[in-house]
Amino acid sequence: MSFEWPWQYNFPPFFTLQPNVDTRQKQLAAWCSLALSYCRHHKLYTLDIMEVQECPVFNHKNIDRKLSTEAILIVFEELRKKGNLEWLDKNKTQCLVMWRRPEEWGKLIYQWVSRSAVVNSCNTFPPEFHGLEEWMLIRSLQALQTDGKAEVITMDDGKGVKFF
Amino acid sequence: MLSSLIYDRTSPLSCAKIVVHLHASPANKEPGPYQQSKFSYFKLSFKEHGQIEFFRRLTEELSQKRWESTPMSQPIPTATNSQTGRTRAVGIVGIERKIEERRKETEKISQSKLMVKAKEMVELSRSIANKIKDKQGDITEDETIRFKSYLLSMGIANPVTRETHGSGTHYHLQLAKQLGDILLAPLEERGGMMALTEVYCLVNRARGMELLSPEDLVNACKMFESLKQPLRLRIFDSGVMVVQLQSHSEEEMISSALDNVTDKGSLTAEEFAKLLGLSVLLSKERLLLAEKMGHLCRDDSVEGLRFYPNLFNSQA
Repeated sequence: MSFEWPWQYNFPPFFTLQPNVDTRQKQLAAWCSLALSYCRHHKLYTLDIMEVQECPVFNHKNIDRKLSTEAILIVFEELRKKGNLEWLDKNKTQCLVMWRRPEEWGKLIYQWVSRSAVVNSCNTFPPEFHGLEEWMLIRSLQALQTDGKAEVITMDDGKGVKFF
Repeated sequence: MLSSLIYDRTSPLSCAKIVVHLHASPANKEPGPYQQSKFSYFKLSFKEHGQIEFFRRLTEELSQKRWESTPMSQPIPTATNSQTGRTRAVGIVGIERKIEERRKETEKISQSKLMVKAKEMVELSRSIANKIKDKQGDITEDETIRFKSYLLSMGIANPVTRETHGSGTHYHLQLAKQLGDILLAPLEERGGMMALTEVYCLVNRARGMELLSPEDLVNACKMFESLKQPLRLRIFDSGVMVVQLQSHSEEEMISSALDNVTDKGSLTAEEFAKLLGLSVLLSKERLLLAEKMGHLCRDDSVEGLRFYPNLFNSQA
């Protein structure tokens, strides 16, 4: 299924950081939504700032408009505040994109766990968990742990999880 | 080359004559009207009198040879100029000097005549202005203002000057009142708003002699409100200052800007200026204002600054 671009993507002002505060808020919300849905569609979890500038999301060649580096960083900051992004380095060159936040994953996992009897069920994940990278899984379990719904146990041959 | 001079008195019936005998011209003769002549003498004929005096003077000049001792004041550019050092231009320099003097004299006369004319003009305009004041009852205020503006546009008026009204706030107060009169019509013509620079030019062009300084203009404009004048000085975020009619409607201006932009899809300040017949400066201020109010948004690229309807607000 091909990615569906939102109407803003073809609107030139979308690529100019708006000076009017109210307008900017709406613009940034649209950017966050677009960035996340694009990453979800292409199953992207890590982004590199340099590469991302040339990515079609931020560089719309058809209308000859691209989002400036400054604006991209502002969009990423919004994502970070919402819990959808985490910087991997202090220089902000690489980041993790969580188009589904750890809490959201944790909820899904817990639901799945509750549905099936954990003790007797096999350990294959249903389709919605396909592509879930390990680091994401661990964070999700940590989120559940914080919530008091699970406990990560370190065993001799690895880690295990106990659900409550 | 002169060899001798003879005063011929021989024939009593004919005119007196002076015969000037000439030598053949030497090889190193300096350039002159003639290089050489086939005649060895010439005669000067005096019809009535003067021959005695002429003879005496010519003899004197020839003996003194003053042309050999006078220093060169105006070198003539000729091939042998450097060799001779002889003056050829004494007479020419003198003539030139006289022409220069005469020119300066004429200039002086013109200037003083101009001053007299100007004085007459100012007095004439004052008397007309006073007559208007006296006849206030017979002429309507409208006509008075129109006549005064007419005078102003011609460049004559009763300018409020620092001499007549002193300096400081009293001066600015009077100025503000005068500006209130002068600017009403031009403002109406321009849709209710004029950049302060436009006002400055308009007013000073009319005043002619006693020009307003920019500070005086600004200070006077600041007094509009307190004087209950129907004008306002307004300063935009960008720093641009305008004078606008108090009756000027902001909402109307903004909604018309939005209509124009929506109609064309998008507009730059230049395109908008052309559409409205206003200056680019004022057109840009209108677009910026509409953006500030959230009706427009901007597209800033290498192609320039363009304004669009704010679809972020209106569209889902």
